[in-house]
Amino acid sequence: MTIEEKANSLVEEFQMFDEWMDKYSYIIELGKEMPLIDEKYKDPQHLISGCQSRVWLYAEMKEGKIVFTADSDAVITKGIISLLLRVVSNETPKDIANADFSFIEEIGLKDHLSPTRANGLVSMMKQIKLYAKAFQLKNSN
Amino acid sequence: MGFNIDKIRADFPILKRKVYGKQLVYFDNGATTHKPQQVIDSIVDYYSNFNSNVHRGVHKLSVEATTAFEDSRKYVAHFINAEDDREIVFTRGATESINLVANSFLSLINKGDEVLITSIEHHSNLVPWQQLCEKKNAKLKVVPVSDDGNLDMEFLDNMLSEKVKIFALSHISNVLGTINPIKEIIAKAHKFGIPVLIDGAQAIAHLKVDVQDLDCEFYCFSAHKAYGPMGFGVLYGKKEWLTRLQPYQYGGEMISSVSLDKTTFNEIPYKFEAGTPNVSGALATVAALKYIKNIGIDNIAKYEDDLLEYATEKLLEIDKMRIIGTSSEKTAVISFLVGDIHPYDIGTLLDQMGVAVRTGNHCAQPLIDNYCIPGTIRASFAVYNSKEEVDYFIEALKKSLAMLA
Ligand SMILES: Cc1ncc(COP(=O)(O)O)c(C=O)c1O
Repeated sequence: MTIEEKANSLVEEFQMFDEWMDKYSYIIELGKEMPLIDEKYKDPQHLISGCQSRVWLYAEMKEGKIVFTADSDAVITKGIISLLLRVVSNETPKDIANADFSFIEEIGLKDHLSPTRANGLVSMMKQIKLYAKAFQLKNSN
Repeated sequence: MGFNIDKIRADFPILKRKVYGKQLVYFDNGATTHKPQQVIDSIVDYYSNFNSNVHRGVHKLSVEATTAFEDSRKYVAHFINAEDDREIVFTRGATESINLVANSFLSLINKGDEVLITSIEHHSNLVPWQQLCEKKNAKLKVVPVSDDGNLDMEFLDNMLSEKVKIFALSHISNVLGTINPIKEIIAKAHKFGIPVLIDGAQAIAHLKVDVQDLDCEFYCFSAHKAYGPMGFGVLYGKKEWLTRLQPYQYGGEMISSVSLDKTTFNEIPYKFEAGTPNVSGALATVAALKYIKNIGIDNIAKYEDDLLEYATEKLLEIDKMRIIGTSSEKTAVISFLVGDIHPYDIGTLLDQMGVAVRTGNHCAQPLIDNYCIPGTIRASFAVYNSKEEVDYFIEALKKSLAMLA
């Protein structure tokens, strides 16, 4: 599946929920499926500065694709990251660099994107793109 | 006057708001309170009827605006029982009031001197002093807090000395709700000739403030935490201190005469009020203080104490509840954690149910670090909050906990 297809399928999954509670329960569940970052990378270097909960993100190249692993000490944050990673992990640097993250809004998590939500989601997306661009540069060298 | 919660709630239009289709329950009053119609009206009235620049024009509107602005100063002086209305400097808020004093102290601090604060201070009453000490090679000393949220008075006693050039501490902690025994502390500091600045941001709406009785040199607060407008605050300073201090911003009304060679500064309080002031802010602040006065600060304190007690009791019925800040002297602020659940998770779910709380470190990171916790969930009450809202909050909290279990 392409990034876009994965994003669309997530949006569809979320359309099943009428109740915010079900939506959030699902996000919490998704957090449990997170591809966890190796403990040894849970260091300041991989910490994404979001004010409220701590988020660690690690990226490595495997067969031309970027594989992300992450963790957070807040489970809802973890769920949202897990959802992001489901879409962008295992894709080429180029595709990730060009990815459209607006599906987060369509899922109904728009509030988590506002600058006041100091949960690191926005910095998280920036970091994902940064990793992608860095790998892109490396590849072209 | 009897205390009529329904009548009070009706004064605050925003309380009718719904969030995500649910009735708003606003428990983030420590961050800012809502504004009663009287305050909103005063702003509209000012811009509709006598907007004009102050202290400058000869024309009718300017005279009216100036009179109203200066009457506000008198009212604020009266509200906190200042001896003289020239002791009231208008600022943008508590943060600016503190920065003003810290900056003006640049010339009064020397290498090796000490500045005293406490470990429960808001960043606004910490960073300005830290910067001052850095610039002047002075030492920042910090009075520790004990586990229950009270200042460690033994430490405090040992830290007071002639070397201390100013002691800055909060009246009430925004995280723990602790009411510091400031009158006693000020008296102790005075024995060593130390001037004391009180950060009253969390106090002004919740208990009686009498600066003469306290005998503090400086007292700071923001209007927006006391039903007033944002962007307006007060610095009270004893006359002799304000006179001694250097201005920290230049231009506009703070000047008495200017030539290209030399400028002489205006008298207090004007020498601290550079540029066009926030006139509507002053008027709306008076409307807010009058609102408080009408209900009666003692009635407000009593009502909020009851709410605090009620909410604390209900919270403690919840398994693994941990309340941070358990001083016997506290205002209507409850910081808590449940088990090892991250505050952000609980805050997010409460928000979905219409309950507004604050989560995180509340701009008091050293204090949070002191307790070795990731932050807290903070419910802080105001005069318009009700027991029904507390009940709803407790239900919403239980629902959140079930989801996160
Ligand atoms: C204890 C304390 N001091 C200072 C401040 C800063 O107030 P302001 O942002 O209105 O300047 C706050 C606000 O949160 C506070 O709680």
